Amino acid sequence: MAKITFIDPKGERRTVEAPEGWSVMEAAVKNAIPGIDADCGGACACATCHVYVDPAWAAKLPPKEEMEETILDFAQDVTKASRLSCQLKVTAVLDGLVVTTPKNQH
Amino acid sequence: MTETIVIIGAGQAGAQAVISLRAEGFSGPITLIGDEAYAPYQRPPLSKAYLMGTFERARLFLKPESFYADAGCTLIVNTAVTAVDRATKTVRLSDGRALSYSKLLIATGTRVRPIPCPGAGLSGIHSLRSIADVDGLQAVFRPGKKLVVIGGGFIGLEVAAVAAKHGLDVTVFEAMERVMARAVSTPISDFFAIAHRAAGVTLITSTGVDGFEGEGAVSGVRAGGKTYPADIVLVGIGVLPNVEIAAAAGLECKNGLVVDKYCATSDPAIFAAGDCTWHQGRGHGEDEGNWMRLESVQNAIDQAKHAAASMVGKPKPYNEVPWFWSDQYDLKLQIAGLAWPGDEIVVRGEPSARKFSVFHLRGGVLAAVEAVNMPADYLVGRKLIGEHAKVSAARLADTSIPIKNVVG
Ligand SMILES: Cc1cc2nc3c(=O)[nH]c(=O)nc-3n(C[C@H](O)[C@H](O)[C@H](O)COP(=O)(O)OP(=O)(O)OC[C@H]3O[C@@H](n4cnc5c(N)ncnc54)[C@H](O)[C@@H]3O)c2cc1C
Ligand code: FES
Repeated sequence: MAKITFIDPKGERRTVEAPEGWSVMEAAVKNAIPGIDADCGGACACATCHVYVDPAWAAKLPPKEEMEETILDFAQDVTKASRLSCQLKVTAVLDGLVVTTPKNQH
Repeated sequence: MTETIVIIGAGQAGAQAVISLRAEGFSGPITLIGDEAYAPYQRPPLSKAYLMGTFERARLFLKPESFYADAGCTLIVNTAVTAVDRATKTVRLSDGRALSYSKLLIATGTRVRPIPCPGAGLSGIHSLRSIADVDGLQAVFRPGKKLVVIGGGFIGLEVAAVAAKHGLDVTVFEAMERVMARAVSTPISDFFAIAHRAAGVTLITSTGVDGFEGEGAVSGVRAGGKTYPADIVLVGIGVLPNVEIAAAAGLECKNGLVVDKYCATSDPAIFAAGDCTWHQGRGHGEDEGNWMRLESVQNAIDQAKHAAASMVGKPKPYNEVPWFWSDQYDLKLQIAGLAWPGDEIVVRGEPSARKFSVFHLRGGVLAAVEAVNMPADYLVGRKLIGEHAKVSAARLADTSIPIKNVVG
């Protein structure tokens, strides 16, 4: 289990327990975190699971694969901190991860 | 008086309707009724990672169990709605209860089409729609076993791919001359046929199955005048919409429950969403208004959103671009829009590189894209289809022009 904190655009924090091997998106959806629609369930087909990773954590994440890069191109308000949460696998290293959900996924 | 909403069918569309009704500001009680043993779950992984055994059951659920109570939604599982009484606005449940509704959403999905052949009742003949189906299949899914898949559609081919990776000896029968013929273009069918054969699958097209052999359990499949040995059979020949209760209530049903662009039926209190609906697709020019039934997560989610909006009195016409995906081996097929016979077809990239796309133009306007391991083509395509964009076939085919710059 790793603890992951989701901050919504209003600044409200929600911390959830994420099983290792799941994606950050699944941890959000299974805990009913608002702002992550994830319509395709992680199939890289919807681009509605965009999050901003806290800068302190960015370097600890594995680099983006081509599929993620491409899909992020189509998300709204993408910044350097942007990741697709369905492509972020939960590992022990991510215990304490903090991400912010965007205002809009569509 | 507070309005009460009842939703029949605890699947993808039913769950989305709960989410969307609350997002639209509906504050009355919601009851979600499903005849399966589980809270709403995702079906796509069933024939992919879940069958492979690399995806635990808990990951299938769309929302945690607590979500429904927190949302003020009573979730009733293991219980079917057996009748809808429109005069008294009540639904009757298989456990004898009757619930009244102010508004009703029918999101009953589909069920597997039975195969009308002698021997279809033998054990060892499976289909794949639910968690319970995968549990039954997984128990016998062992390396070396002979699996015969009947139907080269998405589900049959996804199962064939998982089985081949698992070391089963796989034969696929397809009655049409190419696989996934109802859903994809010829270049995509041809490419996937090659990929399956390269993975060791015996793919036999233009051949329907005549019957099954065996004593109690299936041991062989008769097709094309021969008998093929089989330990396990998977039948994937399509689905039928669950519209019997709607039809019995006098609602108009064709190949699905008829709804208008607002997901409304002819009864102002009854709406429908998802696989069970017969609706007019998004169109443009001559295509405007084609009637269809779609079996996809996109349609279930988007129709549920539109039905919810209509139910709270904020109707918006359903005009979304359909999208769909299928995973087979390392091949990610992503489709947006709907292709029609007669479209101009443009292939971008090289199928032999296992990365290419097929674009469909209708009167110069982009109507559909089928992308294999090309998410950018899929996403750009989906956007351009939404915009009814005119696209040059020559530019599309030219891979030296990045897909983002093809228009403009
Ligand atoms: C194996 C498989 C793989 C798939 N892969 C993909 C994919 O990769 N991509 C994609 O986009 N789509 C895929 N789909 C399709 C997608 O899962 C469906 O389109 C989607 O589930 C439709 O949602 P729905 O809510 O309309 O129906 P469902 O999710 O089927 O839900 C309907 C529910 O209603 C219940 N029900 C029916 N009648 C009654 C009644 N009278 N009373 C109570 N309950 C009732 C049913 O048992 C069911 O639980 C796949 C489907 C399957 C089976
Ligand atoms: S969940 Fe659809 S792209 Fe991440």
